[in-house]
Amino acid sequence: MYRGLAIIFGFFLMGEWLSETLSLSIPGSVLGMLLLLGALLSGVIKLEWVENEAEIFVRNMSVLFIPPGVGIVTYLGLIKSQVVPIFGALLISFIVTLLATAKTVELIRGRKGGDAG
Amino acid sequence: MSPFGITLTLVVFCIFSELHNRKRAFYTNPVFLSILTIALILKAGRISYDYYMDSARILIFLLGPAVVSLAIPVYKGRNMIKAYAKEITIGIVAGGTIAILSAFYMAKLLGGSEEVLLSIAPKSVTTAIAIGISEKIGGLPALTAVLVILTGILGNALGVELLNLVRVKDRIARGLAMGVTSHGLGTARIILDDELAGAVSGLAMALNGVFTSLLLPYLIELLK
Repeated sequence: MYRGLAIIFGFFLMGEWLSETLSLSIPGSVLGMLLLLGALLSGVIKLEWVENEAEIFVRNMSVLFIPPGVGIVTYLGLIKSQVVPIFGALLISFIVTLLATAKTVELIRGRKGGDAG
Repeated sequence: MSPFGITLTLVVFCIFSELHNRKRAFYTNPVFLSILTIALILKAGRISYDYYMDSARILIFLLGPAVVSLAIPVYKGRNMIKAYAKEITIGIVAGGTIAILSAFYMAKLLGGSEEVLLSIAPKSVTTAIAIGISEKIGGLPALTAVLVILTGILGNALGVELLNLVRVKDRIARGLAMGVTSHGLGTARIILDDELAGAVSGLAMALNGVFTSLLLPYLIELLK
């Protein structure tokens, strides 16, 4: 339990530290994730040392989105004045991204249809 | 630190999670309903957002280790990433770029202000990473969080139907499109129909988060 948490927080700290000292624009947490992935791939960290703790975080992540999401109450005026650009762009970008990604991948796979391989 | 914010968040989320367990549908999304309910409670009780947020800060802090933990599903999916390396690379580079550009330019075309353009650009990335990107590029993280969740709900509600409408049958293409566009909520929907597409979708979500956080800060300097 404590080994897994120490690894996860340790890599978060390394990512934050790297992001700040090198003034990178990539979030420290994403850097920490890449560093941990590298450590797993190279065998420095073993999967079973952190697997259970990481899965608790991944499975229960969604509750953590609520406080930042509630922050929307401070921007109600902005949203009211820009309903069309915000929600119009959201809907159109959603449709365009979904269809363009699906069609691009389908095209490079040579229309294999339902074949997975 | 008062335990008010964290308690309110946990109680409301518990209630809506229970509702979601009983009635699984996009409109019972517990995160979205919790945000809406807590916003209404704050308004009705004349409680300031700062007071709520200060006392729920520990939850926001945990977003960092949660993102680090995404290394585990990616590591476990490494054989699948190798097997579909070409599809995953092209799908994420093309899809991730289109997601940013279409959101940014569509909002601009419709008259959005700069803070709206910056907040909507990372909307297809998983929430925890999108909030971090939004902070880095000068967007409004709270607006980004809500737009990301709404994009996920759109994917959850309409994604599979849209892919069927344009007759995309390829399972890898369907999984990649859902994960790149609608992150975790899209993945949760497609995995119900097709486990392979669901696994690809989950990987696409994590990898697109990394790709977008590398690309967007530099791309945004060119777009601005």
